[in-house]
Amino acid sequence: MEKQVILNKRHFELTLNRLCYQLIESHNDFANTVLIGLQPRGVHLVQRLKSQLEEILNKEIVCGNLDITFYRDDFRRREKPVIPSVTNIDFVIEDKNVVLVDDVLFTGRTIRSGLDALLAFGRPKKVELLTLIDRRFRRDLPIQADYIGLSVDTLSTERVSVEWHDVEGEDKVVLFSPD
Amino acid sequence: MNGLSVDHLTGIKNVTKEDIELIFKTADSFKEVINRPIKKVPSLRDITIANIFFENSTRTRLSFELAEKRLSADVVNFSASSSSVKKGETLVDTVNNILSMKVDMVVMRHPNPGAAEFLAKRVDAKIVNAGDGTHEHPTQALLDAYSIREQLGTLEGKKVAIVGDILHSRVALSNIYCLQKLGAEVMVCGPTTLIPKFISTLGVKVSHNLREALEWCDVANMLRIQLERQETKYFPSLREYAMQFGLNKEILDSLSKKIIIMHPGPINRGVEITSDVADSEQSIILQQVENGVAVRMAVIYLLAAKINRK
Repeated sequence: MEKQVILNKRHFELTLNRLCYQLIESHNDFANTVLIGLQPRGVHLVQRLKSQLEEILNKEIVCGNLDITFYRDDFRRREKPVIPSVTNIDFVIEDKNVVLVDDVLFTGRTIRSGLDALLAFGRPKKVELLTLIDRRFRRDLPIQADYIGLSVDTLSTERVSVEWHDVEGEDKVVLFSPD
Repeated sequence: MNGLSVDHLTGIKNVTKEDIELIFKTADSFKEVINRPIKKVPSLRDITIANIFFENSTRTRLSFELAEKRLSADVVNFSASSSSVKKGETLVDTVNNILSMKVDMVVMRHPNPGAAEFLAKRVDAKIVNAGDGTHEHPTQALLDAYSIREQLGTLEGKKVAIVGDILHSRVALSNIYCLQKLGAEVMVCGPTTLIPKFISTLGVKVSHNLREALEWCDVANMLRIQLERQETKYFPSLREYAMQFGLNKEILDSLSKKIIIMHPGPINRGVEITSDVADSEQSIILQQVENGVAVRMAVIYLLAAKINRK
């Protein structure tokens, strides 16, 4: 397995900053906007965006975590059962602008499940998608992101892994290619 | 983490502690789901489940049916009173006929002990035992243990007294296995005639004094006197039973600590438990019912994960 860093610590920081300002550009002061991270890896990204946005805007940003396990379309097609994570949405999403957040956008199937899971909580005014890494031209479903950290061209046999300072010790994005 | 170690849930005796913990962890998620505005997830939309009840039931059947529907499974119901069983069809034939209509899972209650195990070996579907005679009632034991865990945080080292008709109770046997696997201590309490002679070989304490059992325990699970299974008289009268083994507010308030009161239902108010105790703050009877749906969703979800569609 060949390993290649495609986003290093410095660019990671810059990318997050840019995403924050792009969000502010379309959502102003976040009066009617909430961020929802998809479990398990999207929640780290939400936490980082939240703290940076709060620093810039000097107000609290409403955030939640959404688990999509029970909405997946590959249930029983995997070897092991998928063990659910925690859903934590303690606010009403009715008529809110919702930004779904995930670390990597690949086939689009996770986002499809995420939309289903989200709608079980009510009818949002608008739903947008933010992703740190967009593996473009690899979609199984017609789903595109509104905010993209970095677009990469990959093979389906390759794997993209986003690592976080709080979890893995360093902010970076790594591309694994088979030999 | 891997899935369940078993392909069917026929009894608590043949599942492991890890299985039970996996079921509880999954049930936590489902409990959150059933408290949402839309209480339904699409996980099992391609699964069909038959609920086959050869014995009466309201709570268990309703609870299973709700659990199945909230997982988006298709559900068919069947009760023995309105079926060909009366015309002399055998159990295996009945179930195989239902399965040839492409049913993936069977939830069954049957008056004969071992009926679920028997079926699991003979038909090609996942079997969930919803009570087989006086043998086991695994989902009830799971929801009881889950409710205790919710109240006390853990089962490890806790003391649970099971009071009442132990002889005829499938809830008691499943509860004993389940609680012991999770590290709790169990005591059974009731009249000598209603306690099986060799129950202590299961490693439980035995008492014939209600006060003694209540003073000892953290949780008391009050069982119903199952008159429908008693072909002879085991005690002089219900009134005498209530005097000696009925839990009332007076005894409850005189105890040195606050214990948790449970009951698997249906309650015979005034016999094994008085109304003021059943409706008191210490009683978690209705929480048990709520948890029942979440636990059954978890069991069905985890067993369905073992159905191979490839």
